[in-house]
Amino acid sequence: MALLQISEPGQTAAPHQHKLAAGIDLGTTNSLVATVRSGKAEILPDVEGMHLLPSVVRYCETGAPQVGAIAKQSAISDPRNTISSVKRYVGRGLADICKGCSRSEYEFVDSDSSVPRIRTVAGDISPVEVSAEILKNLKLRAEETLGGELTGVVITVPAYFDDAQRQSTKDAAQLAGLQVLRLLNEPTAAAVAYGLDKGSEGVHVIYDLGGGTFDISILRLNRGVFEVMSTAGNTALGGDDLDRIIAQWLIQQAGLDPSALSAGQMRATLLEACRAKEALSDAEVVGVSLSVTDGSVADDAVWQGELTRTQLYELIDPLIQKTLSSCRRALRDAGIDVDEIEDVVMVGGSTRSPRVRELVGEFFHCEPMVDIDPDKVVAAGAAIQADILVGNKPDDEMLLLDVIPLSLGIEIMGGLVEKIISRNTTIPSAKAQDFTTFKDGQTALAVHVVQGERELVSDCRSLARFELRGIPPMVAGNARIRVTFQVDADGLLSVTAREQISGVESTVQVKPSFGLTDGEIETMLRESMSHAQEDIAARMLREQQVEADRIIESVESAIVADAQLLSAEERSQIDVALSELRKMRDGDDPRKIKQAIEALNTASTDFAARRMDASIQSAMTGHKVDEF
Amino acid sequence: MSITLTQSAADRIQSFLENRGKGVGLRLGVKTSGCSGMAYVIEFADEIGSDDEVFENKGVRILVDAKSLIYLDGTELDYGKEGLNEGFTFNNPNVKDNCGCGESFTV
Repeated sequence: MALLQISEPGQTAAPHQHKLAAGIDLGTTNSLVATVRSGKAEILPDVEGMHLLPSVVRYCETGAPQVGAIAKQSAISDPRNTISSVKRYVGRGLADICKGCSRSEYEFVDSDSSVPRIRTVAGDISPVEVSAEILKNLKLRAEETLGGELTGVVITVPAYFDDAQRQSTKDAAQLAGLQVLRLLNEPTAAAVAYGLDKGSEGVHVIYDLGGGTFDISILRLNRGVFEVMSTAGNTALGGDDLDRIIAQWLIQQAGLDPSALSAGQMRATLLEACRAKEALSDAEVVGVSLSVTDGSVADDAVWQGELTRTQLYELIDPLIQKTLSSCRRALRDAGIDVDEIEDVVMVGGSTRSPRVRELVGEFFHCEPMVDIDPDKVVAAGAAIQADILVGNKPDDEMLLLDVIPLSLGIEIMGGLVEKIISRNTTIPSAKAQDFTTFKDGQTALAVHVVQGERELVSDCRSLARFELRGIPPMVAGNARIRVTFQVDADGLLSVTAREQISGVESTVQVKPSFGLTDGEIETMLRESMSHAQEDIAARMLREQQVEADRIIESVESAIVADAQLLSAEERSQIDVALSELRKMRDGDDPRKIKQAIEALNTASTDFAARRMDASIQSAMTGHKVDEF
Repeated sequence: MSITLTQSAADRIQSFLENRGKGVGLRLGVKTSGCSGMAYVIEFADEIGSDDEVFENKGVRILVDAKSLIYLDGTELDYGKEGLNEGFTFNNPNVKDNCGCGESFTV
């Protein structure tokens, strides 16, 4: 007997035509799958009733890889073949990965395809394949639960994921045999789960403090449309850091040497720290104990102590304050005041801490929303969105807008970045800008697509390179090359370059390239602030240098062509100005370069006028006035 | 003429209706489609139609239109689990034959 679900009025599907859709929260530590049944988003448990699937995959010599809790158990006994936190590596180059974590937990193999692979007993595995195993497991769980094949899924990604990371997530889904309806930003999913889209218009804040990362997003609901106004965060700050700082305090209080602790002792201390933290949610003071077996004392010796709530707050407040400074930045980016905020949604297990709720509430002047389990809220929102996208709720016109987390642009002469789509632009979005050739007879143009806030290409992340060939030879500056940037609803970028006069076009699929700069967007944003002044100075210098090169080249070619038009005195004046400009060009003062450019211009004005006359004369010689 | 609910079905419907935030009750019905002739309809109801028969059972209001009631009379609606899946089932005394999956039936 089939099991039926309640439908919305008039929308009962014909038998065997139920469209099954699911939302997947593909997390760093844990993953979840949810679906909408009888109008309610539900997290789907596995056979044992567990909702969370640990994002851990273990590769074995023979047979299929193990996924979830069973793989997690072997993390200590078989660390090389048990892969956890793979989300940190998805869509990243080897250089990024090595820079990101000093401890190389896995053996990475650099392959030809620039995608790093992890060496296991089952062969070399790419992070995308590991993600695909987790997705396959969730897919199986959903299909067994719902009794049919999934029509499509919505997968959530951090708002900070760049194009390469988003594309890799989609690749993983494809590998797992899932049809991705859409990638959804995690904060947006949380807002949907709380039904903020059906509530009052206004500004909503999503505060997401997970195990290892912190994200803040500011959304505006306007005439039923969700718009992400700004995002900020910290990719290396989370609940684990709270535990670590308490553990350090415990070690210090117990008078232990942190470097002498074994891995097992460290784990025990972290567990004790976590227990104390949770107990202090209710109690004013909690007893703590550490087993002290570092050799200096007899085995089984135990240090006993206590931790008060006040002490705990002193320890964790600085970390919470760090999250609040990200909040402040997000508010500034969005250009809004704290008092304009309607409500604050709490996401992530660490927001269970009453202190976090208290300080966040104080900061935003309102009571945070905590009704939905903060671990499950993102998956629930994704499920609701999937249900709508698959067509189970056709009258619902919810439209979600996300933003581009970092500006997108191209490299121009002098290694400078011309931003085409600026940060926090809502997507989908398309923008175009015209460029031209730099040299006479230039027939090709290299387009280098970069992402970042800095002024120089070397400080930004390189996304792709391609060439536009077949530009008809023209005088420098005559070609009109339109470069169009298009970002689709999933946040994926495609770039087109088209020469307007001849119509030659290069529509190149941007293949995300990996590993040129540290992908840590937080760092990139912070650097763009702290380097703002020197960046602008560097840009001015490069601009003047490019201009100087152009002038030097044109004057030199003019001298070669028409040296006979110059008197010896004029020639020496121009030579002096030329060598002065060459000297200044290699210096670092843009104003001096500009002065030297002007000096050369002045020195060569008469020469230029005479050249013009000469060329007109030669063109007119032998012609009657009528002919012109 | 009667339609009844098991306790577990009544509890689930209550909580689904509360979660949805609106609706006057649950509509049950049949429509002619599916591989065996007829299929069940189970929907939230936002208004009571003129030819609707209304039943109250275990605190839940059930609406059935007159035409469907012929095929549903005496039905008990249950809510149960089958492996990982869970959902509603119709225990309908009028049914002569089910299709293999039970989504449609003949009378």
